Amino acid sequence: MSPKPGNESATLPPLAGRSGRWYSLRLEYDSSRTRSPWWTPILSVVLALLLCAVFIAANGMSPLVVYEKMFRGAFGTSYGFTETMVKAIPLLLCGLGIAVAYRISVWNIGAEGQLTVGAMAATAVTIYFPDLSSFWSIALMLVFGTAAGALWGLMTAVPRTHFGVNELITSLMLNYVALLALDYVVFGPWKDPKGFNFPGSPMFTAAQSLPVLGSTRLHIGLIFGLVAVLIYYLMIRFTRWGYELRLIGANPTAARYAGIHIKKHIIIVMLISGGLAGIAGMAEVSGVTHKLMQGISPGYGYTAIIVAWLAKLNPLGLIVTSILFGGLIVGGYSVQTIGLPSSISEMLQGAILFFLIAGDMIHRFRIRRSA
Amino acid sequence: MDFTTQLLIAAISAGTPLLLATLGGILTERAGIIQLGAEGLMLMGAVTTCIVYIRSGNLILALLSAVAITALLGMVHSFLCVTLRANQTMSGLAMTLFGSGLSAYVGKSISGIPLPGSLPKLDLEILKPVPVLGELFGRLDMLTWFSLLLVLVLHLLIHHTSWGLHLRAVGDNPATADVMGIRVQLIRYCYVTAGAALIGLAGADMVLAYAPTWNEGLTAGRGWIAVGLVIFARWNPLRALFCAYFFGALDSLGFRIQLLGSAVPSYFLKMIPYVVTILVLMYLGYRNRNKPSGTPESLGTPYIREQRF
Repeated sequence: MSPKPGNESATLPPLAGRSGRWYSLRLEYDSSRTRSPWWTPILSVVLALLLCAVFIAANGMSPLVVYEKMFRGAFGTSYGFTETMVKAIPLLLCGLGIAVAYRISVWNIGAEGQLTVGAMAATAVTIYFPDLSSFWSIALMLVFGTAAGALWGLMTAVPRTHFGVNELITSLMLNYVALLALDYVVFGPWKDPKGFNFPGSPMFTAAQSLPVLGSTRLHIGLIFGLVAVLIYYLMIRFTRWGYELRLIGANPTAARYAGIHIKKHIIIVMLISGGLAGIAGMAEVSGVTHKLMQGISPGYGYTAIIVAWLAKLNPLGLIVTSILFGGLIVGGYSVQTIGLPSSISEMLQGAILFFLIAGDMIHRFRIRRSA
Repeated sequence: MDFTTQLLIAAISAGTPLLLATLGGILTERAGIIQLGAEGLMLMGAVTTCIVYIRSGNLILALLSAVAITALLGMVHSFLCVTLRANQTMSGLAMTLFGSGLSAYVGKSISGIPLPGSLPKLDLEILKPVPVLGELFGRLDMLTWFSLLLVLVLHLLIHHTSWGLHLRAVGDNPATADVMGIRVQLIRYCYVTAGAALIGLAGADMVLAYAPTWNEGLTAGRGWIAVGLVIFARWNPLRALFCAYFFGALDSLGFRIQLLGSAVPSYFLKMIPYVVTILVLMYLGYRNRNKPSGTPESLGTPYIREQRF
């Protein structure tokens, strides 16, 4: 597909013989077709599976066996399915935050760091206020986690609005800062004195843990996620703020002339975005791991970027894609039993994103008969 | 050897991968295409070098295959961004995710195995008697000399040749370049591919000169620092040299301070390069708020020639 100079749209060779006088095809670009059809996300998942099958086969494994193992691990058993749902919770919260910011083209790729500081702030509550009642400790952890995530988001927003620094770089640098800060507290001041020198905070008490549904590991963080999605839908659809966001998203220049304060909105969406990721971090320590330790997030913040994109910022789509990617993470773990690294799921995620952005554009090209 | 000389040597050694990646980023972005896949490309370059070097024992073959693989990924990026006119930010992010996933996957089998050798060093006997420089330049390896040479070559190419003029025209105003008869898409393909190959070489340098073995996520955000350095260097290869060594010094400063027995926990020292990147970019943004930043003017906007029917 090397571009041919002198031809604005790559012309396919004529079908009928040399002349092409009667019948020839050409590719034509139509920039007005911005809505991609509903099947592009599905097709991109299928193509990504096929591409990664090549790498798996090159590594000497049967792709069918691997994919079957992954699918069965994630959705085949009731234990696997609850694990998938547990992983879907942080993805849903972070993905929602990324979707809100992306509405006005603010690229938050710092959800990983925002989640980490949220988890740290929630743990700080358990360490400095150990004797609160169940309700107050959960409520305080939630407030602290959200505030810390929002603050981390603010540290990305202000350089963008007041200093013109690309938010992609800032948010990513802050991820590394947050992870190093996490290392510091779990190896240093917050290390469990009874933890056999293992890096990690003391175990949370029952009062500091989120209630679970039935006897499963599924915690009420799921409710946080679903409520947040509902609020997102209502706010975007029915409030003035949501209207302004949609306007900035559609045409920033027109929005500015209409008197909308874009810098203010960038700060607001980054506060929301970081706050949601902070809630995800709080839910993760309080609902799943029950203590702060290294690797509390297997890259949720990065996976959530794809979750938001695959869902095309649609609330219902977010729920579906976060469950799908939760399954992908769990499936990645389950192939470890046959000696494959779990990074296979990360590879699949990158491939899905490739095909997704290509698919969003390819449908803008039309095959036309000409002459 | 005193502290300063040691620090300078460490700065050059840590700065060389940053320099190569920054130069790759400059080439890509001068052509008007954003390159945010640097982290993934560096990881792919590093893992390819490790695998080929361990399997074959041939250093040159390892470097060539790292360059080839990342050039291929660069072509994917240019196909998406130039031909399909896809979102360049998203394509770069996909490259980073895919690169870190694939490198972890294929690198699992060689993780922790030491490489059979390192980069050959050029012993320059002439420089030995010179006080500081002799110590400094006597120990540079092949890739460091290559990167220094490259800075000069790219500076001359971009600012003093007609090829460079074409490159800048394509990055600043592709429509005008097109009218002048410059092959906009071809030039974008070439420079994005070359830039990606350089970033891959940066990854190779990282394992060969800096970390002795392959580990998952070995670059630890240095690809992203390079993305910041491109802005810091204002798309200029000569400035890139100083910026990269400055960050190389910051990178190794933490480690040195720790060796001196400082009371500050090492985690905070390791944060220095990341925090300084943000602060420097904020300072530049503040200082240049009313000035042109040196950004290629059409960076990030795909070029669409009007269609004929």
